[in-house]
Amino acid sequence: MGSCLCPLRACWLEEGNLEEMHAARSGVSLESCALCLHKNENCLMGRKIHIIDFDDENNMINKKVLLHQAGEIWHISASPADRGVLATCYNRTSDSKVLTCAAVWRMPKELESGSHESPDDSSSTAQTLELLCHLDNTAHGNMACVVWEPMGDGKRIISLADNHILLWDLQESSSQAVLASSASLEGKGQLRFTSGRWSPHHNCTQVATASDTTLRGWDTRSMSQIYCIENAHGQLVRDLDFNPNKQYYLASCGDDCKVKFWDTRNVTEPVKTLEEHSHWVWNVRYNHSHDQLVLTGSSDSRVMLSNMVSISSEPFGHLVDDDDISDQEDHRSEEKSKEPLQDNVIATYEEHEDSVYAVDWSSADPWLFASLSYDGRLVINRVPRALKYHILL
Amino acid sequence: MAAAATAGSSPGSGPGDSPEGPEAEAPERRRKAHGMLKLYYGLSEGEAAGRPAGPDPLDPTDLNGAHFDPEVYLDKLRRECPLAQLMDSETDMVRQIRALDSDMQTLVYENYNKFISATDTIRKMKNDFRKMEDEMDRLATNMAVITDFSARISATLQDRHERITKLAGVHALLRKLQFLFELPSRLTKCVELGAYGQAVRYQGRAQAVLQQYQHLPSFRAIQDDCQVITARLAQQLRQRFREGGSGAPEQAECVELLLALGEPAEELCEEFLAHARGRLEEELRSLEAELGPSPPAPDVLEFTDHGGSGFVGGLCQVAAAYQELFAAQGPAGAEKLAAFTRELGSRYFALVERRLAQEQGGGDNSLLVRALDRFHRRLRAPGALLAAAGLTDAATEIVERVARERLGHHLQGLRAAFLGCLTDVRQALAAPRVAGKEGPGLAELLANVASSILSHIKASLAAVHLFTAKEVSFSNKPYFRMGLEHLEPQQRVINSPTWKRGPAWIWAPSPCRDQSPVTPVSTLCAEARETARRLLTHYVKVQGLVISQMLRKSVETRDWLSTLEPRNVRAVMKRVVEDTTAIDVQVGLLYEEGVRKAQSSDSSKRTFSVYSSSRQQGRYAPSYTPSAPMDTNLLSNIQKLFSERIDVFSPVEFNKVSVLTGIIKISLKTLLECVRLRTFGRFGLQQVQVDCHFLQLYLWRFVADEELVHLLLDEVVASAALRCPDPVPMEPSVVEVICERG
Repeated sequence: MGSCLCPLRACWLEEGNLEEMHAARSGVSLESCALCLHKNENCLMGRKIHIIDFDDENNMINKKVLLHQAGEIWHISASPADRGVLATCYNRTSDSKVLTCAAVWRMPKELESGSHESPDDSSSTAQTLELLCHLDNTAHGNMACVVWEPMGDGKRIISLADNHILLWDLQESSSQAVLASSASLEGKGQLRFTSGRWSPHHNCTQVATASDTTLRGWDTRSMSQIYCIENAHGQLVRDLDFNPNKQYYLASCGDDCKVKFWDTRNVTEPVKTLEEHSHWVWNVRYNHSHDQLVLTGSSDSRVMLSNMVSISSEPFGHLVDDDDISDQEDHRSEEKSKEPLQDNVIATYEEHEDSVYAVDWSSADPWLFASLSYDGRLVINRVPRALKYHILL
Repeated sequence: MAAAATAGSSPGSGPGDSPEGPEAEAPERRRKAHGMLKLYYGLSEGEAAGRPAGPDPLDPTDLNGAHFDPEVYLDKLRRECPLAQLMDSETDMVRQIRALDSDMQTLVYENYNKFISATDTIRKMKNDFRKMEDEMDRLATNMAVITDFSARISATLQDRHERITKLAGVHALLRKLQFLFELPSRLTKCVELGAYGQAVRYQGRAQAVLQQYQHLPSFRAIQDDCQVITARLAQQLRQRFREGGSGAPEQAECVELLLALGEPAEELCEEFLAHARGRLEEELRSLEAELGPSPPAPDVLEFTDHGGSGFVGGLCQVAAAYQELFAAQGPAGAEKLAAFTRELGSRYFALVERRLAQEQGGGDNSLLVRALDRFHRRLRAPGALLAAAGLTDAATEIVERVARERLGHHLQGLRAAFLGCLTDVRQALAAPRVAGKEGPGLAELLANVASSILSHIKASLAAVHLFTAKEVSFSNKPYFRMGLEHLEPQQRVINSPTWKRGPAWIWAPSPCRDQSPVTPVSTLCAEARETARRLLTHYVKVQGLVISQMLRKSVETRDWLSTLEPRNVRAVMKRVVEDTTAIDVQVGLLYEEGVRKAQSSDSSKRTFSVYSSSRQQGRYAPSYTPSAPMDTNLLSNIQKLFSERIDVFSPVEFNKVSVLTGIIKISLKTLLECVRLRTFGRFGLQQVQVDCHFLQLYLWRFVADEELVHLLLDEVVASAALRCPDPVPMEPSVVEVICERG
């Protein structure tokens, strides 16, 4: 590519397509996951989104490049309902001012289908994203992040701009964004949101945000604050994530090198604290199906996979699918002999040479995750086999 | 007789036996002759088989064999041998027969005399035996006469003997009777004289007889008399027993006598215990009086002495006497005694504890220890006597509790002293800060604190040490925890976040080096060291955070796109350097320099030039050769490949360089991460360049490995360049000029 990569954000595209899910499970084709990574070509204002297909069968990685001409991307998130739609926060430089804006985009059709013809020289076939709508933020300042409503039909978006939290309704097939409601944070000093997540519980009415050292929960119906964890971390909170299977539980990480797990009903004390990283923790992610698995990425260039059995929704590493009840009896006896796993760090991945800024789980295969570091290296890893079987059996 | 002997020995060693044969042949021939004799007399073949292997004895052709058959032999010879051999054997045989004949003749001649003398001897023996028989007959008749006489004498004496025996019996009976008749008067006398033991013995002896013959009126009278006297005796004994003025041994004697008199043991036992209780309670009361509401006059040692000799001694005696007297009572009696002891013991312990509690306030440890020792030792005797009462356990418990309280007291004192020290130093630190000038030297303060704490700890250790002195009987029990407890005040420092400010609070583990006898010194040292390390690491973190906060704010709040061309180093960088220098001075007061990498010992000039040139080549290649952007990327990657990963928040060593390295690492890493989040204009980049160069100029001297600073600062500039749409770096010479001016 001959250019400096400066990827800062990545996300797994949602695997909305049922047919493909089926294919993946029966092992016919692929564990197709698309990863968008943003690329900053040095000196140029052209920005790119890389879509990475990882073929689990053949252990092959295919890459497609989309041009994102509006500016360099700082945050990206994919629509849960429509695979082809994603939202970005990007920098726009004008009159030697940098303003971070947000917009919703649609990918070109052929990429969306996830076809697997061998990629040509990607730079030559780089395609452009199709703009659906801008999230107009002229009145609110810099956009820090955009999050989609996790279970919805891809019509609602929350964006965080400086000290405002904005709820948008996308109308007319996403071609128009209407500000539905908003709230803002008042207080001394420069309050700015750094990160936010939409809770998948409570009928998607809760959003949690991080600003400086504080975590706040918001009710999207009234746009009012429902809880507030002051001094959640000693320093800036970098990221947070909701436990997908257990209400009220959320994880946060920050510049004090810690990962903390909270029960939002009792905000005075963290439920659990991990202190394994030796520098700022930039990212924390729960596994989508086995929420004892927690992934963290840090600027000490390490990615850590932790097993938080004691506070997960399946405390003894036990998952029973509905369709193998017959096997269940056999497993039971084995489980009794097994010691319950302790909370611990399962693996530390040190493949990155520089700070790791993004980690995420695959949305198709719960045992797959990717991490992205400053030097542009994307590493895809699997959960260790032994642990996988331990959890499954 | 002599002739017979010669005749007996002649066949074996006769001189003419084989005069002509050589010596070696003699035994052979003799044996042969024997064998033949035996055969002749029909001795068993088994005996003959003992011979050395010869020709088969059953062979009929054997000339010397027993079963020789001349016909067969002849037949065999005729059949087997040629004529010449036959002739030979014939002549041979004739010769042998002749030789045998002549042998036989000589034998008969030689032994003739011997046969004669043997016959003579036998005849003489016959005569002698006949004489002996006569004498034996005479002896037998004499014996018979003697027996007869003896029988007659016995018969005559029989009658007398019987009479003597009867008389002896009567005599004994009369003596007994006399004793009985005298008994009342004797008893009275004994009672009068106070010889109760004697009286009881008499009574015991006579009792059974009187019992038996009480149907006879005379005996009856005696018995009645005796009973009266005995009753009086018992009464007197009881009287004496009750009076109780006499000591325990006399009481014990009384009880013993009473028991012998058949008084009910149960009741006596109760009474005995009641008396003992009275006495012991007296002791307790006197002890309590000593304890009194007034300030305790006698010291604790005296108190325990009193208690030991008075109460415990008494208890011992009582227990011993009881066990001796009422051993027959079985487990019930033992149980009673145990209950008794328990009750009194617990009261005693309560008193002792009260006394010891008064001692808690402070004062001399040695006295207390000696008192405890004595107390413990005293109680061992009754403890051994009465395992059931659990006295020893209780005593040990008390000792332990007291010791523990004592330790707690010392610990409390230590803590208070420690906190006091800390407060003093805090004030000392705070005061000059307000005044805005340098306070008294930190090192001095530290030395003060350390020495005062050290002396405190030493004093308490010395005090507590007594508890574990070798000769103290309980020394091996409860004191293992002491050493650890001493460390606690230090641990607490960590928990108090107020001490972030002062690096003075990290002291080397020297205070604990003076050994506690029980806990191994190494453990203490290790623990202290660990504490100190945690404290120091915390300090580094906090200081690093202060600086990084400054840097973060400075990067985040500035508009880097529209800055002007840099003329100066930004003030915040100067501030950073100033702060670092201050920390350096602060830490330098407390810690040694530490080890640097060898290369850094040169002047800053040289290092600087190396740094800038490397930067020119590595980092700014794109600006000079814009056609090869790939190279920069590659270069930086390769460089990263070879540089070691930097652990930002790593534990630190106990030296200045390490502490500062930690702080600088944290700060620079923060700067790096912040820069990566911003977008820079051309001048913004140049400003970063200037700032970094400035930091480089001043920070290298603080760290252990200046490469580290290079690396991080390079990384910062490179990241800024990446984040710049228009990266035109400043000329290094200009950067230098600006920095030197700043």
